[in-house]
Amino acid sequence: MSAYVWLWVAVIAAGLISWATKLAGHLVPQRVLDHPRALRVAAFTTIALLAALAAVQTLGDGAALRVDARMPALAVAAVLLWRKAPFIVVVVAAAGVAAGIRALGWG
Amino acid sequence: MAGLGIVRLTPVRQQAVSVSLATGAYGLSLGALAIAAGLDLWQTMALSLIVFSGGSQFAFVGVIGAGGAPLAGVVTSAFLGVRNGIYGLTLAPILRPMRGVKRAWAAQVTIDESTAVALAQPASDPDARREGFWWTGVGVFIAWNVAVLAGTFIGSSIGDPSTWGLDAAAGAAFLGLVWPRLASRGARLVALSAAVLALALTPVMPAGIPILSAALVAVAAGWREPSARDNPSPQGEMPA
Repeated sequence: MSAYVWLWVAVIAAGLISWATKLAGHLVPQRVLDHPRALRVAAFTTIALLAALAAVQTLGDGAALRVDARMPALAVAAVLLWRKAPFIVVVVAAAGVAAGIRALGWG
Repeated sequence: MAGLGIVRLTPVRQQAVSVSLATGAYGLSLGALAIAAGLDLWQTMALSLIVFSGGSQFAFVGVIGAGGAPLAGVVTSAFLGVRNGIYGLTLAPILRPMRGVKRAWAAQVTIDESTAVALAQPASDPDARREGFWWTGVGVFIAWNVAVLAGTFIGSSIGDPSTWGLDAAAGAAFLGLVWPRLASRGARLVALSAAVLALALTPVMPAGIPILSAALVAVAAGWREPSARDNPSPQGEMPA
């Protein structure tokens, strides 16, 4: 199969798994909520994956690591988040910082 | 823009509509990023409609955009969706009785935002909790998908995405999604260790795998009994 078809398969598989996970929560007996270890691992999984995605998206370049315009953009995003700016403002500001730095010829 | 209409709504519905509009706004970035990552319009909309969980969609697009295998995108997005299952568990007693199509829909709109608004209503008022869940879930579903569609047009009309800083925007989006969950010291430690591990593995493993490996940090950290101040909130405090 072509890469395009595989991407379709992946999109649909991700969608079915996402929905099935949500539905399972609605169907599972209440007593599962009494397992604090499972709840802790699940909460930490969200945090670990999002942090890893942020790091690799900012410093990864294929199989290499590279510091470029993305780094100062992420720093600005962190300051804005700390100042409780709305999500969309944070994302647009980060794009603007990286674009501005690249327009000046670096990164 | 929601000005006059919104003040006539009950407080629960006002919350639901504000959360929906705010969340929809960042659907714009998902749409643009998906196109930049190489998905076409139909794939982006299918992803948005059926995955319908912001974190999982950003993750899928992030892994694909970084050159990862489609399977790695599926697995990463599936792990990020685990928390929605826990939201379903928490919401089930509030929403019962439900059957058939209604339950299928309730499952689909079980996300950070609908859970947060439902649980923000007093436990003594189950009607308000149900109303918060449905208004927010359906509201975000509409706003999000419209915004993603608009975002795809931005994404396909701007040429090289890095010129516009879209790669940096993706990193900022992940940071914005994780930020509200970092209230405890334990959570911050997990985030930092996961980031370091993923970066350390990037040069030696295929794209997508370093990120998945970071989930091991979560298992290690969640396994032991935490001290009170380390305890993360299983609900997550804010939208993603």
